[in-house]
Amino acid sequence: MKTYRVASLLTVLVLLAAACTPAAAPTEAPPAPAPTEPPQPATTSAGGPAPTSPASAEPTLAKPTSTELNLYGWSDYVPQQLLDDFSAEYGIKVNYDTYSSNEEMLAKLQAGASGYDLVIPSDYTVTAMLNQDLLQPIDLAQIPNFKNLDPRFTNKGYDPGNKYTIPYQWGTTALAYDKTKVPFEPKSWADLWDPKFKGRLVMLDDEREVTGMALQTLGLDKNSTDPAQLDQAKQKMVELKPNIVLFNSDDPETSLITGETWAGLVYNGNAALARQQDPDIEYICPKEGCGLWFDNLAVPKSAPHADAAMAFMNFMLEPKESILITQEFPYSNPNKEALEYLKANDPSTYESYTAFSATNPPDDFLARAVEVKDVGAATTLYDQLWTDFKGQ
Amino acid sequence: MSEKKPPVWLRIYTFLVYLYIYIPIIILVIFSFNNQKLNITWKGFTTQWYAVLFHDRLVQLATRNTLIIALVSTAIATIIGTLAALAMQRYRFPGYDASEALMYIPIVIPEVVMGISLLVFFVLLNMKLGLVTITLSHIAFNIPFVALVVRARLHGYDNSIDEAAMDLGANEMTTFWRVTLPTIMPGILAGAMLALTLSLDDYVITYFTAGPGSTTLPLRVFSMVRFMVTPEVNALSTIWVLIVFVILLIGQLARNRRA
Repeated sequence: MKTYRVASLLTVLVLLAAACTPAAAPTEAPPAPAPTEPPQPATTSAGGPAPTSPASAEPTLAKPTSTELNLYGWSDYVPQQLLDDFSAEYGIKVNYDTYSSNEEMLAKLQAGASGYDLVIPSDYTVTAMLNQDLLQPIDLAQIPNFKNLDPRFTNKGYDPGNKYTIPYQWGTTALAYDKTKVPFEPKSWADLWDPKFKGRLVMLDDEREVTGMALQTLGLDKNSTDPAQLDQAKQKMVELKPNIVLFNSDDPETSLITGETWAGLVYNGNAALARQQDPDIEYICPKEGCGLWFDNLAVPKSAPHADAAMAFMNFMLEPKESILITQEFPYSNPNKEALEYLKANDPSTYESYTAFSATNPPDDFLARAVEVKDVGAATTLYDQLWTDFKGQ
Repeated sequence: MSEKKPPVWLRIYTFLVYLYIYIPIIILVIFSFNNQKLNITWKGFTTQWYAVLFHDRLVQLATRNTLIIALVSTAIATIIGTLAALAMQRYRFPGYDASEALMYIPIVIPEVVMGISLLVFFVLLNMKLGLVTITLSHIAFNIPFVALVVRARLHGYDNSIDEAAMDLGANEMTTFWRVTLPTIMPGILAGAMLALTLSLDDYVITYFTAGPGSTTLPLRVFSMVRFMVTPEVNALSTIWVLIVFVILLIGQLARNRRA
């Protein structure tokens, strides 16, 4: 009797397991997938009626057949209005999932996760992804709006010819300081080593940016892989340590605003946010150099809706849509047509965008800005250096 | 319960401990009404963030996902964990020690390791990442926690009560439902609460096993930290705290009435 009961229970469980196996079912589990459809809410875009852009009227553009787009990016990095406009134009539902660092996204895709159509890697992550063959080529013929981009920001070293990526936003990492608090106006990184800055500096919690800054201060290459040079950089960083009171990559601007720190190595976005709250914040590229970064749209190899991804890339480059990004986020826009459009349609935002070096760095600033490049195996050297440095 | 009143110093000490626990939450609630997007200094009272929350579809989707995953995984993990605990307490078999060690491994190993290995596992099986994979992962790491808590409760459980019930004519099922289960119910509930909390809170494992459209609340909030944690997050937390408070209050009142 007992064994019969056990056997029947096991059979039931096995049958249940078989019934519940997802197989290749495209639909999700019983709870209806996000009931949110993309109807247009009461708020209409500032420009009133949306004229069909010249790009979509061109006969050579293939209309995407997919009905969904799985966007995987940083949180709050793509304006909701942009996504809604895209959904309205193409009838494609956008799923926006988020990650909080390049490394996390890379780890997940490396381990084999698929289903994402569009990711937003930074420049050095693009290099890593290309080395591991994680991205698929994009067809620039399907992205005629590519011509709207400023040629200074296309055809960069990490993706010559833009075969795999489109630049989305860009910026710099440089020196921000509160001009009313610092004992003297810093003009070079070396100034920060002054004992007057003791306990008053904030640094990004980023091994490449801080080490790179130290290398630049020594007149060396920011992306050096020479162990002797890295050792020199480490010594320099250790000397700076007493002046650093905070390592923060998430919101270094907070300490600048509250006055807890006076200066530091921050992203341009942080500097712009700090400036909004405190007009005394300045942002300069010291004479030894500073950092440069690009975030790009890319399509993973395993993307199920690559056509929707291409359509989105093209759509996003339309000036009318591109300015939404600039209006909402404190970073720099590589789309020069969009900036012209912004000047004509939203002069106050254009004013504040062009006025501050964090969003609109002058040419000499840019000339000294150097990207973080993927250093392959030498990454372990940087890891070790950083661990030693932090442990001092 | 004794009728003696606790000494004053004990009462002060207890008050301080509660203060220590609750001050951050109180500040969190207060700042949900802060009229400053960066939420650094107090700039005036506003309820706009609750309105923003109301319209934020992503956060609502994430909340919905989190609740579904938490409830389903807790239910299943509690059942399996309880059964496992009962088996470990009642029987001895060859490989008992190995089974015990294996069962507790998910508690000990780093979450990143578990997350990535689960991801690789699902990819090997060609499973589409989504709510199902997250739920399965949560069940996997919740089972040992429930088993651990229930085993603690079972320790010192007198099997002779079960035997007495069966002597009196109850079969095994009846004994289980009418005798064993009610006795160990506090342990099961404690295990279930632990599982629920762990599931609601989980970041690393969920991150690796999530797929498009299956973002959970921890994933959403954590990725917001990268750029800007607006008071909208405070508003969301305040609502959660309120809901938990109300549930606990109702539970307490129900218990008082029954007593």
